[in-house]
Amino acid sequence: MTEALPAAAPNEARLLVNRPIVLAYFVAALTFFAVSMIGGLLMALQLVGWNPHDGIELLSPGRWRMIHTNAIAYGFIANVFLGALHWAIPRLTMHRVASVQLSWFIYGAWQIVVLATAGGILFGQAQGLEWGETPVWIDPLAQAGLLLVAINFSVPIIKMKGPLYVTLWYFLAAFVWTFLTYAMGNFVPEYLVSGASGGAIAGLFIHDLVGLFVTPLGWGLMYYFVPIMLKRPIWSHGLSLVGFWGLAFFYPLNGIHHFLYAPIPMFLQYGAIIATIAVEFVVTTVIINFFGTIWGSSSILKRHLPLRWFYVGMVFYFITCAQCALQVTQTFQKLIHFTDWVVGHAHLVMFGVFGFWLFGIMTYLFPRLLGREWASRKLLEWHFWLSAGGMFVMFIDLTLAGILQGWSWSMLSPWLESIRISQPFWIVRLFMGLAIIAGFVCFLVNLKMTWSAARGDARQGEPKPVPA
Amino acid sequence: MFESKSGILLLAGLGFFLLAFVSNAVVPILMFRDLPEQSVEELVDPTVNKNVMAELRDLQQRYPESFAQYVGEATEENCAELLERGRDIYVGEGCWHCHSQFVRPVSNESKRWGPVAEPIEYQNELQRPVMFGTRRVGPDLSREGGRRGSDWHVAHFWDPQLTSPGSIMPAYKWFLDEPESGPPTPNAKGLAIVLYVQWLGSWLEFPISPYYENVEGVLGKAAAR
Repeated sequence: MTEALPAAAPNEARLLVNRPIVLAYFVAALTFFAVSMIGGLLMALQLVGWNPHDGIELLSPGRWRMIHTNAIAYGFIANVFLGALHWAIPRLTMHRVASVQLSWFIYGAWQIVVLATAGGILFGQAQGLEWGETPVWIDPLAQAGLLLVAINFSVPIIKMKGPLYVTLWYFLAAFVWTFLTYAMGNFVPEYLVSGASGGAIAGLFIHDLVGLFVTPLGWGLMYYFVPIMLKRPIWSHGLSLVGFWGLAFFYPLNGIHHFLYAPIPMFLQYGAIIATIAVEFVVTTVIINFFGTIWGSSSILKRHLPLRWFYVGMVFYFITCAQCALQVTQTFQKLIHFTDWVVGHAHLVMFGVFGFWLFGIMTYLFPRLLGREWASRKLLEWHFWLSAGGMFVMFIDLTLAGILQGWSWSMLSPWLESIRISQPFWIVRLFMGLAIIAGFVCFLVNLKMTWSAARGDARQGEPKPVPA
Repeated sequence: MFESKSGILLLAGLGFFLLAFVSNAVVPILMFRDLPEQSVEELVDPTVNKNVMAELRDLQQRYPESFAQYVGEATEENCAELLERGRDIYVGEGCWHCHSQFVRPVSNESKRWGPVAEPIEYQNELQRPVMFGTRRVGPDLSREGGRRGSDWHVAHFWDPQLTSPGSIMPAYKWFLDEPESGPPTPNAKGLAIVLYVQWLGSWLEFPISPYYENVEGVLGKAAAR
């Protein structure tokens, strides 16, 4: 089942990893996470009427809301992914990436893309597509960057002989999908197709970005890290196959479910609904597979923080997917479309699932990159509990808010009534956001302490190696 | 095949992606091929939609100095240009993250806003990309045109609370100039965004009198707080 895991040669594998670039990606990711939090906070303050900067152009919550989502997707998630791929792919394939110079070039180019996106949005040049707001003049650069990423990482995978491990199925497919998805979303609805069919493509893009870029890379990394940390193979190879091929077939067919009841032909909407429900069955097999893997030794979650981030993320994943199977039906859509229910869902997916996994990966890798154990175990726990608590309460809060907003609208209350009843929920959301930010600050402080200690070790010439 | 590089690259990577693109994107494009995309010039043509030019002249009368400075004459060409600029501002400011542009056939939306959205309404250059929207913090805007005067919109952009007490919309003060004396007047951005909002739904030939402007009449005094 796990014959491709290079269990016999960890020391050789270590030499294949370029550690500085992994570290550089993580630092960039944390920077953009901070930027994104500022955007979220500004919008949260605006909603409860506590924004002290109302009416200032460069602090406009409308613009910062786009920076919030773009910095998370392209600044945080993409950067951690690229860093983690630089760790996982050489160790899995026993080959270096195609070129380290190319890696550094991509690193620089990608940061320019993200910064330019943020700058472009800040100065009002955003485009009108969720996650495709990237201004016109950056799109070709980002597209070229994605091609280089695909080449740089595919070379070691292609060089590899023998059967591919599950992780590499996901990675290989994700490189193709991400390139195609970005091209589809950033060029077709802007230049070629208008109207309802353009809307169908916009739906495909939003959904594929989550389903064909973030999801496969995320699950690929889970299939890589979880067996290593648990020191046991994945429970069922058959379920791994079902999970991958089920995702590959059904996920791309979901896009139109973002615009149900829109003037898009109804049979296409029904198709998207059915495909979405099918995805949830596939997801269940993947979840079963991972819980089968940890079955019998779940007490490890008490002390092993990275695994705890992963498995709590998986529980959240199951919740979002179960929720998705319901909310995609027209019965639910009537009530919850356009409400905060969807916002809660989006936060649970992007932060509660993928954010958790990526923080878990960073919690695991920073000591290995810096050559020193975390300075404070307590701060790691605070980071976890503030994030998990904040996220879960925010999710429940926004879901309830969404139901009440939906009822308020359909009973034809005056519009501002729906704003008034949302206030308590938005206040709770603001404080849960602050809890998440506080957890993040704990992580940063801990990282700073660990880093300084590692430097101290280096000066004294006694590095303390952490087992790889 | 299911674990080989070529199977993953060609079948999962390319094949399934293309299958979805054909079935979910190419099919609707083909279905709408008889509804050609209208250009902005066609949209403002008074023989097609007399309301847009009327709104433009209305802006000219209300704000003659700003209008002369930022737009010039009230011609169809200027109207098309201003409308397009208005769309760019609507997009760039992220208006579409809090306001939708489609009325659904459910949840009493047609009672609140007017007729349910139809595909033809979106077959134009200004809906590229389409502005369906994703969230309604504020109300749907696809039937907003002509419902209120342009001066209402100008005041609302300056300070939403002035016209809608309890609103949490941010103030867009940079849409207006502040003269040394007298009230602020819309600048190039202000004129453009107001014209754009007045265009939304102006193509529909009916007097819009939705319930939500007249809640008292529908639900009794208690509902109209």
